[in-house]
Amino acid sequence: MSFINYSSREINCKIVYYGPGLGGKTTNLQYIFEKTNPQARGKMISLATETERTLFFDFLPLSLGAIRGFRVRFHLYTVPGQVFYDASRKLILKGVDGVVFVADAQEERLEANIESMENLKQNLQEHGYDIDKIPLVVQYNKMDLPNAMKAEELRGQLNPKTWPEFSACAKSGEGVFDTLKAVAKLVLQELKSGK
Amino acid sequence: MGAPGFVMYEEEFKLISAVLEKLVKDSNSRMVFLVDKNGQLIAAAGETENLDTTSLASLTAGNIAATGGLAKLLGEREFSILFHEGEKDNLHINLIGQRVILVVIFDDRSTLGLVRLRVKKCSEELAAIFDRLMKKAEAEATAGQASPFSEITDEDIENLFRE
Repeated sequence: MSFINYSSREINCKIVYYGPGLGGKTTNLQYIFEKTNPQARGKMISLATETERTLFFDFLPLSLGAIRGFRVRFHLYTVPGQVFYDASRKLILKGVDGVVFVADAQEERLEANIESMENLKQNLQEHGYDIDKIPLVVQYNKMDLPNAMKAEELRGQLNPKTWPEFSACAKSGEGVFDTLKAVAKLVLQELKSGK
Repeated sequence: MGAPGFVMYEEEFKLISAVLEKLVKDSNSRMVFLVDKNGQLIAAAGETENLDTTSLASLTAGNIAATGGLAKLLGEREFSILFHEGEKDNLHINLIGQRVILVVIFDDRSTLGLVRLRVKKCSEELAAIFDRLMKKAEAEATAGQASPFSEITDEDIENLFRE
């Protein structure tokens, strides 16, 4: 849920990176953190296990500049992808303005992707959101791997509604900022339309 | 879609800031924050210069969200007060209404009892201000008041991402 502060002339929006475990959600945020000007971002918080699996969430605040005299800030969150962390995923989704679904392009992870997308739909519904109406972008990550499916195949399984989609390799950064820009634009356009 | 956005106006922000400044003094605390349940910092007072308030707001909201989940598991509606005792600083967190979190950080210059006493009164004042804020935002929305977004053009949005 966006926060408009007329006093400090700021607009704050929340973007959540969702997807199956080890799909690249945290890697997306880490790349964004490393490549963003320190003036334009805050500290990255990662609540993770000892083996660096996301336990609760990652958080990265970004400043994107100003629109009509209002500073535009995005708070990026990732959810834990492992199946049994569903309770935590529900909590992190609360108040979301835009979602990035990070799909793992590896063939053996297709079922996990489908399950995660269905889980996203259900958890959004519980918060009163409609997956068909919320700003959403799909990222096919790990497209560099030899066992990665083709984008057309992934689209058929995960993106029949033709949300904006991007192929990516979050480790090298390919597609990471394109994905972020796309979802940020969708969120701002949604706010502009006043829905 | 979900609930509409949360709006803060200058007038109410000044009232809230005044209440928080008073709370810092009356409770002898180091600093006080007001955080939206979604993790946005609303206002702060006290010795906040060297603190990463953005992270604090996000982590506090996560903390409240997690304990809210625990409460539901136990059949409670919510745990409205949380207290974390540290070696030097202590953290008192309470919910105001269903929307806002009040965080008080205090050291041995104050006591838990004093903080709880002052927070109780302050919470009532803040709840009234937020009620007024909600009504004002609803009234402006009903009256068709233009939001800051209504004049934004597609070019404005594109320029934000121009390198």
